[in-house]
Amino acid sequence: MKPTLHNRKTMVLGRPNGDTPVRAACEIIARRREGAYWTVSLSAPDIAERAHPGQFVNVAVSGPGTLLRRPFSISRVSRQGPAAGTVDFVFDAHGPGTGWLADRTAHDVLDVVGPLGNPFPLPRQKVSCLLVGGGYGVAPLFFLAEELRREGLRVDMIVGAATHERIFNAIEAKRITASVTFTTDDGSFGEEGRVTDVLEQVAKDCGTGVVYACGPMPMLRAVAEQCQELELPSQIATEEHMACGVGVCWTCVIPTRTKDGSVRMKRSCIDGPVFNGARIAWENSRWEVGGPLVTGADQPIEEPPPRPTDDELWGNA
Amino acid sequence: MTDVRRVEAPPPPVSEEDAADLSAVDLRIDLGGVTLANPITTASGCFASGSEIDRFFDISVLGALVVKSITLEPREGLPTPRMAETPSGMLNAIGLQNPGVDRWIAKDLAWLQGKDVPVIVSIAGKSVDDFRQVAAKLRGRAGIVGVEVNLSCPNVEHRGLVFACAADPAGEVIRAVRRELPDLPIFGKLTPDVTDITAIARAVVDAGATGLSLINTTLGMAIDPETGRPRLANTYGGLSGPAIRPIAIRAVHQVHTALPDVPLIGMGGIRTVEDVVEIVRAGATAVAIGTATFADPFVTQQLVTDLRRWMAVRGFSRMDELRGKVFPRV
Repeated sequence: MKPTLHNRKTMVLGRPNGDTPVRAACEIIARRREGAYWTVSLSAPDIAERAHPGQFVNVAVSGPGTLLRRPFSISRVSRQGPAAGTVDFVFDAHGPGTGWLADRTAHDVLDVVGPLGNPFPLPRQKVSCLLVGGGYGVAPLFFLAEELRREGLRVDMIVGAATHERIFNAIEAKRITASVTFTTDDGSFGEEGRVTDVLEQVAKDCGTGVVYACGPMPMLRAVAEQCQELELPSQIATEEHMACGVGVCWTCVIPTRTKDGSVRMKRSCIDGPVFNGARIAWENSRWEVGGPLVTGADQPIEEPPPRPTDDELWGNA
Repeated sequence: MTDVRRVEAPPPPVSEEDAADLSAVDLRIDLGGVTLANPITTASGCFASGSEIDRFFDISVLGALVVKSITLEPREGLPTPRMAETPSGMLNAIGLQNPGVDRWIAKDLAWLQGKDVPVIVSIAGKSVDDFRQVAAKLRGRAGIVGVEVNLSCPNVEHRGLVFACAADPAGEVIRAVRRELPDLPIFGKLTPDVTDITAIARAVVDAGATGLSLINTTLGMAIDPETGRPRLANTYGGLSGPAIRPIAIRAVHQVHTALPDVPLIGMGGIRTVEDVVEIVRAGATAVAIGTATFADPFVTQQLVTDLRRWMAVRGFSRMDELRGKVFPRV
């Protein structure tokens, strides 16, 4: 559907309680290029006050024959200060919908539904958190890092991309973390290789107790499987072709394993997008790990830090 | 936490608007002996069982809610990708993922029974006996005002299982469901992918269906030109959205012309109030909204409001004044 909210800058539809998504006409406050990507800041007070890291917004786009909204992870919200009531998201202009979006400018109005999906659960224990992002999948991890730091938790990051240009906001990654390791496939920035080439060593050096990841699905599979080998709990923000974003179309499913071992197709829009990495049934998915999985040193870790279990971290959710 | 303002869309700048008497419009319809408050319903598979959209607005404003198809056993459906956007439409191949009739009754129907909305249950199956057993489990349940028999899901294991592609198997399914549910309105949901939809429609009505739901998605395919791979894991999928609206209008008009007394639930790419009026003029009694909900979760609620206003401005007061009203071109 074409955006229908132009010139209705204050229109908000939804229920008045705080835990449900709304549909809002959101004015673009700023739009800027960041490396290979675009960042858009929206004036969206109702979404900003309801949003948590890991959630997404579903944005109506225009263009020949486009019909469906485009989902974007929320990369930042501001609830106070000069930018209060703003919501940011990052995108890569690679199709007709995102191409149209890249042509919007400040003061244009977007038709946005959100916040949608389940957020990253925050650990109930003091653990050191390692955030692993690929491409612009790093963006929502910045939002998560802020929340984790507010909880008084140590945050480290691994930021990977194909090339230097596709590393998203390296300065911000350095600013908000205790340590950050960069990897690029071509070695043009940071270490040459993949995030999983350095994950084991970084986790060991940082005393990591939990891993959060967002990025392309093959990378997420590699990260989740490596975390399982290392017995590290992981929370993975998934991505799958999505028509509605609100739980009614059943297109965006991810195979997940229940406690009794059976595989269930869960909707990433409403049961996810964040799933426990150990619960995703990757072997039943279409995602293959890209290239050989290098697990780093073969040496056993001498004194592994005590690692909390899933139940200790997240409860019985 | 500030309350979200519930803002009605500002009225369009039409001068008659102010004079229009919204209360003079009676949107009620008689759908196979059941009175619904308005003709706006949901297309099966596009509204789940209601709770997801009820987060956005109170779904009891709808005329009726047609739920996602329920089968005898739970189904996990097809692998991904299940969806591909196409010009003014989308392809889907879900494969009837659903919790199975027992879990659906325990959880989803129980939730719906707490809402004041008439429920039409879409049922699907691989065999005549599957349909019969699901129908039997629905007998006597509160809140259910009708059953839609999905004779035409395109994403089943064999095209031979699309019952609505031939008159005899379609009729057989309807007879089996009718035996289990003698008193409920039954709607047969038909595919447009046949040579003569009126022949199937007639067979389904003769077998005991109260009415018909027109149309299901039409079978399509999209291929990625770079990789050469089909965009859907299932290769083929059902095409929906505005791209198929002219097919829906044609099918509803053909069937209404052939069987003017049979109530029809019209659907296929309906998105705006003008689309609603178009398919009612073609012959639909109720109108189901499908893919449009994917783009705007509020669209069904909005259409109830918009339809009342559209009619008031033009001096229409009852749906009968529009239904089937197509005039010869002179």
